[in-house]
Amino acid sequence: MTAVGASPALTPAPPAAPAPDAGAATRSGLRFQDVTVAYHGTTVLDGFTLEVAPGEVVALLGPSGSGKTTALRTAAGFTTPLRGRVHIGGRDVTDLPPYRRGIGMVVQQYALFPHLRVEQNVAFGLKAHRTPRAEIPGRVARALEMTGMGGYARRYPRELSGGQQQRVAIARALAIRPDVLLLDEPLSALDAQLRSGMLAELARLHRELPHVSILYVTHDQLEALTLADRIAVMKDARLVDCDTPRRLYRRPGDTFTAAFVGQANLLPVAVEWHDGSVSLAGAALRGAPAAGLAPGDEAVLCIRPHLVRLGAVGGRNALAGTVADIQWRGAGHRLLVDLDTGPRLTADLGELRVPPLPGERVTLCFDPEDAVVLPAAGEDGADG
Amino acid sequence: MLVHSRAARLAHWTLFLLLVVPVFALPLLMVVGASFADRWDGALPSAFTAAHYADLGRGQSLDALVTSLSTALVAGLAALTVGGWAALAARGSGRRLRHLLDGLFMLPLAVPSVVVGLALLVAFSKPPLLLNGTTTIVLLAHTVLVTSFAYQSVRAAIGRLDPALEQSAAGLGAPPAQVLRRVTLPLLLPSLTAAFGLCFALSMGELSATMMLYPPDWLPLPVRIFAATDRGALFTGAALAVALIASTLVVLAATARLRTRASYR
Repeated sequence: MTAVGASPALTPAPPAAPAPDAGAATRSGLRFQDVTVAYHGTTVLDGFTLEVAPGEVVALLGPSGSGKTTALRTAAGFTTPLRGRVHIGGRDVTDLPPYRRGIGMVVQQYALFPHLRVEQNVAFGLKAHRTPRAEIPGRVARALEMTGMGGYARRYPRELSGGQQQRVAIARALAIRPDVLLLDEPLSALDAQLRSGMLAELARLHRELPHVSILYVTHDQLEALTLADRIAVMKDARLVDCDTPRRLYRRPGDTFTAAFVGQANLLPVAVEWHDGSVSLAGAALRGAPAAGLAPGDEAVLCIRPHLVRLGAVGGRNALAGTVADIQWRGAGHRLLVDLDTGPRLTADLGELRVPPLPGERVTLCFDPEDAVVLPAAGEDGADG
Repeated sequence: MLVHSRAARLAHWTLFLLLVVPVFALPLLMVVGASFADRWDGALPSAFTAAHYADLGRGQSLDALVTSLSTALVAGLAALTVGGWAALAARGSGRRLRHLLDGLFMLPLAVPSVVVGLALLVAFSKPPLLLNGTTTIVLLAHTVLVTSFAYQSVRAAIGRLDPALEQSAAGLGAPPAQVLRRVTLPLLLPSLTAAFGLCFALSMGELSATMMLYPPDWLPLPVRIFAATDRGALFTGAALAVALIASTLVVLAATARLRTRASYR
């Protein structure tokens, strides 16, 4: 197993800092340029710059209050930025009202019109866009077929389940053939089983509509990891990291991203040398080094629980400790170990034939290339 | 409250009927009784006749019924338009203007209707605003008196409206006028019909302001009932009152039916 995420050419990577010249916007699906939004003096989105290429899915991932929904509402035109510009399809739409932006949007509670039948809901946008009358039934039928709701055209929204309403909301958004689709936590109102089904559906829909740029707001890391070409991580109104899911998972830029995208053990260490050598209370460890760390700096070593192994292999990166707790989780065991050097380490192991008991001494180890050395918390490497 | 034993349920019903029947039902039943009375000597009418109703179908009584229905229809629709419009405008405006509108539309509720009548009389008695003695001033008074109710109920309904619906409509490309026509108003329809029904019923029964303002050729039913009872024709007045109640109920039932159909869609 090697670090696949090390390859930077997995997706059409956008320019790190979009050039301000006019040509930069022409290929853009959706582009935020230094967008700042404030309500009553409180900044809810701060200098947000992000580009979603045509056909790309970008997930905005962050805890509640991190500004991700504000970013989406700014793209839709429901929130006016204090500063910065929003471009859709190369056109500056910052000063345009929502109805002139030509975007498709699906919100958390679907917002289907309760007084209209499913087919009328889907036809709503087509009528608003003055689609020729003869074309509407065909396009409504196609949009409903695409989301598997062809048989429900005559129903009212209240006669549908949550998952079905969700599909209708997506059909309604897609019927107008938008270049940009905004999804605001579209699966959060569904139960877990339905959610994983809809996740696969969304991935399929995206394959069928390769030109549509999708901005997907979620606080669920699994949705972001599954669906997105890139994940933009948000914290405290700012974009703190943006990269492919693999890179963010394998090589997070800071401790916040490490903890938010997947689970992580974060061990406080001191940097010994530029090559990623660190020490945890005197014990020498190695990981992939992060840029900008000098010997003597305080740092954090990040290792994913499922990459920790039981036993000492080759003596490198070995950590001894006492088992605090052991949990059987169906597919394997989770070990919580109080290290001799201080912190507690979580290890997700395969099913153990003879699992250790709490209080037993164990040695854990991990490969240096699986661990990342990050700047200590509080020094967010904000690249947005 | 859950009442399980049969005896307790019986006691509850008896208490309920004892309290409600004398206060609400009996007076109304007595009016119906009086409308059929020829003579009334004891506790109940002693002789019956349908003669009082014979007058209803013709002449002044019919005119009064038509006058009342027209007044209530015009005032109800005007109140719905003005009140509904103001309620929609209040939502889109700043907090200060919203409070101002709330206060303004609360005013006719707080001021006695006699005062509203007097105010209109004083305001519109001199040229160029000379409306005194016209039908318009009666319609105006009724509209002023019932608009607050239309405003309050539409305002409450707008507050319950999910803003995501209108935003979705805008996101799908509908300009504001289209959002209003295709989403907001259809969703408010049940509340609008309810508001109209309320305004209509209130206007049908309005007497005090009307008494100060009505011209000789525009006598609504309540004025006629008052005049009849005032000159001692109690049974004729009762028949007119029954006609007033019945026509109001018919219109209310019709709007309720419209409302039910609207909310089931």
